[in-house]
Amino acid sequence: MNMEPHISAEEFDIRQFMRLDLFPHFLCPGCGHGMALRALMWALWEQNISMDKLAVVCGIGCSGRLGAYIDSNTFHTTHGRPLAYATGLALARPDLHVVVITGDGDCLAIGGNHLIHACRRNVNMTCLMLNNEVYGMTGGQVSPTTSPTRYTTTTPYGNAEPVFDACKLAEAAGAGFVGREVTMQVPTLKDLIKQAFDYDGFSFVEIISDCTEIFGRKNQLGESAEMIMSQKASTRPDSYGTRVDEPFRPNSLPTGVLVKTDRLEYRAHQQSLNPKGQK
Amino acid sequence: MLAKVERKNIQGNEACALGAIAAGCRFFAGYPITPSSEIAHTMSRELPGVGGTFIQMEDEIASMGAVIGASLGGVKAMTATSGPGFSLKQENLGYAAMVEAPCVIANVMRGGPSTGMPTRPGQGDIMQSRWGTHGDHPIIVLAPESVGEVYSETIRAFNLSEALRVPVVVLIDETIGHLLETVDLTPPDPASIIERKWATCDPKDYKPYEITKDRVPAMARPGDGYRAHTTGLTHDETGFPTQDTEKGKNAIGRLLDKLEYHKGKIESYEAIDCDDAETLIVTIGISARAAKRAIKSLRADGIKAGLFRPRTLWPFPEEAMRKAAGKAKTIIVPEMNAGQLIFEVERVIAGKCKTVGVNRYAGDIITPSEIEAAARKVTS
Ligand SMILES: Cc1ncc(C[n+]2csc(CCOP(=O)(O)OP(=O)(O)O)c2C)c(N)n1
Ligand code: SF4
Ligand SMILES: [Mg+2]
Repeated sequence: MNMEPHISAEEFDIRQFMRLDLFPHFLCPGCGHGMALRALMWALWEQNISMDKLAVVCGIGCSGRLGAYIDSNTFHTTHGRPLAYATGLALARPDLHVVVITGDGDCLAIGGNHLIHACRRNVNMTCLMLNNEVYGMTGGQVSPTTSPTRYTTTTPYGNAEPVFDACKLAEAAGAGFVGREVTMQVPTLKDLIKQAFDYDGFSFVEIISDCTEIFGRKNQLGESAEMIMSQKASTRPDSYGTRVDEPFRPNSLPTGVLVKTDRLEYRAHQQSLNPKGQK
Repeated sequence: MLAKVERKNIQGNEACALGAIAAGCRFFAGYPITPSSEIAHTMSRELPGVGGTFIQMEDEIASMGAVIGASLGGVKAMTATSGPGFSLKQENLGYAAMVEAPCVIANVMRGGPSTGMPTRPGQGDIMQSRWGTHGDHPIIVLAPESVGEVYSETIRAFNLSEALRVPVVVLIDETIGHLLETVDLTPPDPASIIERKWATCDPKDYKPYEITKDRVPAMARPGDGYRAHTTGLTHDETGFPTQDTEKGKNAIGRLLDKLEYHKGKIESYEAIDCDDAETLIVTIGISARAAKRAIKSLRADGIKAGLFRPRTLWPFPEEAMRKAAGKAKTIIVPEMNAGQLIFEVERVIAGKCKTVGVNRYAGDIITPSEIEAAARKVTS
């Protein structure tokens, strides 16, 4: 049972954590990334994590641009490499609470190698991968998570590549905490992020987001609200058990906490090694 | 009381690691590559004992990223590599230059291009070390010629990097990296070790990239309440990206002007027998040691030869070289590549005298007699 005091949504005011002087923000109307940002800030607020002790390390993409709006220590790094930067930062400064924001292209294509090793290594940080099935920032090109049924600006005749399941990848690479949630359910997403924060080690959360303006328009997926509602049809919360059957579609994406195992955190492990042992 | 003198017979690569630790380096991230790996070996052995962190990353891109991450966290950090890895580091190296994250990169050069000759020396990264990453950017490159100098130049690399918030490359080659020499490892005077300038003002007044007279903005340590933003996008004084070309011009202008302004602090060179030298040799690293031998024989035979050796390769000490070449009729440029340093020498001398290259680009070092022969040929 989760015994945390309930804090109502009405009490949470995201504006106090934002660099409001940078507003209006650059996100397109209805972009799912905004909801992911709200869930992140809400989780930080409920966990009482000080903005001074927080470090947000971002990759390059629409997802990576979110960091600049957070009134904290924010790092907009290079495309695909935020996990590498965050690894150095987290090891050098274990007193900081390190959160990585990355996109499906940033994390799974150019940064895929860093993801698998971050999962394996288990340095204490939380990685939020905002999956909108596309390269939003660069104009809607195919990404490793684009469904075979969709069209993009670089797959005008359809996509011949299968979808990468980021959570399975993270699990196989050894991540001790893996979760997935949709932006449709911001409170549930917030709770998942809080659990990821609580995990001592590397935690990976895939957030199903929507690129309304480019991907949605190209594939005629409707307005933002329709895109969000369709998230419901394609996911299967863990509360419904693991059997793939009604009322959710077979082969749909499981959500919630998908992996939680006890592993010794990297730094703790290193410090436990005997320096007088073999050199 | 006299300071304890500590002499030891070690390799150039080990000297690099020990110099780094003496300079305060407490974070190393790297990826194994010949002929640089002994730097990582030494760091992995020594860092835990001084409270530092060693990590072997999944590749050179990640190593460079982790080093910058640690540096932005406030810890002196370095990596070490060779040609192929140095190529991979370039994008993040440019990021370090752009966000002004102090860091040191040791590049132990092999014969190249591509995988080249991993266990043989080369000097093929003279231009890549200056222009390897895209766009205009500041960078300092130091080129030691001995194991002792690897030690002292690595310390200087950290000091310059911290003082000026600029990435510094220590350009070594396989010969020096693996050379065994007796080195004075007396720890440097703590007062000579430079720490970066930290922001101490009221966070409300803090401008992360303030344009000040000395061109070096104070850095905010994450956790100290400044909540700064760091980005490789062109940013103004606030640290946030800007599309305003005027602000962009001022910010990049300061960045590029920074090294010119501090030139006096950065430049270092050796000039031997230059005053009357009609034949001037300009070279770096192990090739300079061959040149020193050559000059002795040439002088013994009455040939007026001299050596100009930039210890700081980039920014190139151009005025000093011009002065050294005051009487020169010919400049000889020995280098273990097909001709790179000679371009800079020609730019600096601007046609005032003849230039001759002595080149080896397939894994052999240049011998004193080759340099001598080139000098005799131009003076005969
Ligand atoms: C080395 C490099 N290659 C390519 C780019 C161009 N680029 C910028 S963002 C991006 C893709 C971003 O896609 P994703 O990570 O899915 O983020 P999104 O915009 O969808 O949130 C690319 C290819 C770059 N900035 N750097
Ligand atoms: S391009 Fe797509 S991902 Fe980027 S802000 Fe617009 S809707 Fe969001
Ligand atoms: Mg995307």
